[in-house]
Amino acid sequence: MIQGIPIYHFLVVSTLMFFIGVCGFIIRRNLITMLMAVELILNSVNINFVVFNRYLYPDQLQGHFFSLFIVGIAAAEAAVAIALIINIYRRINNIEVENVNEMKF
Amino acid sequence: MNVVMFYLLSAIILIFSLLSITTRKILRAAVYLLFVLVATSGFYFLLNYEFMAAVQLTLYAGGIVVLIIFSILLTSHISHKFKHPALLNLLMGAGVAVIGAGVALYIIFNEKFTANGQPELPVDMTAIGTQLLSTEKNGYVLPFELISVLLLAAIIAAIVIAKKGKQEEKES
Repeated sequence: MIQGIPIYHFLVVSTLMFFIGVCGFIIRRNLITMLMAVELILNSVNINFVVFNRYLYPDQLQGHFFSLFIVGIAAAEAAVAIALIINIYRRINNIEVENVNEMKF
Repeated sequence: MNVVMFYLLSAIILIFSLLSITTRKILRAAVYLLFVLVATSGFYFLLNYEFMAAVQLTLYAGGIVVLIIFSILLTSHISHKFKHPALLNLLMGAGVAVIGAGVALYIIFNEKFTANGQPELPVDMTAIGTQLLSTEKNGYVLPFELISVLLLAAIIAAIVIAKKGKQEEKES
């Protein structure tokens, strides 16, 4: 742990970042910016895992490994999401969520 | 020194994540996201997780942001500005965020976090590699294999989804 910084300060930063991501997911109307908001959310969860690992269980590496796996999953998710976005753009020339209603019936 | 760095990094993270969801130019949003991710890797350096920080820099700040910027360049005009979000959306988003953050912070500050008091494990590459591939206690070989299968599936899925069909190729 770091001298002089309580665990609460890290948690406040990551909580605020998480809810900024949630807010961005709701107010944005563009698929790519919504994807960026999801990246913010995943990133804040990563901070939480690493900080709990370092402050509360410094003799193990569980949080470290889980944030590693989350980074890998985020990369896979971004790749698939961007493939989908490019496909949608080819079909309807637009990536605003209002216009993506072709699959509705 | 560490304390000053911590508050500097948290200020960067909060300011740029707010900017990244409120800016009206999409490329700027991507660059602000890059700043947030780099500052997060600074957190990991502060906590002495050098490997995690390197992964964050290469995979997130290097890989994902480049992927996002490429897809922005493929799908939108750079000079394009977003409309302001609808007022209802804005209120809903801000309301959900404020209420959620309030509840989460209330719970966090009412919780007594107690360390288990064990000595710190030095996090070097040997420890990480051994634990990642061990089947003993504290071994993570199962999620490691799972994520390799997941990455393979994601690569194949991305290629299959993004490639052009035969008819589209003839048309274009």
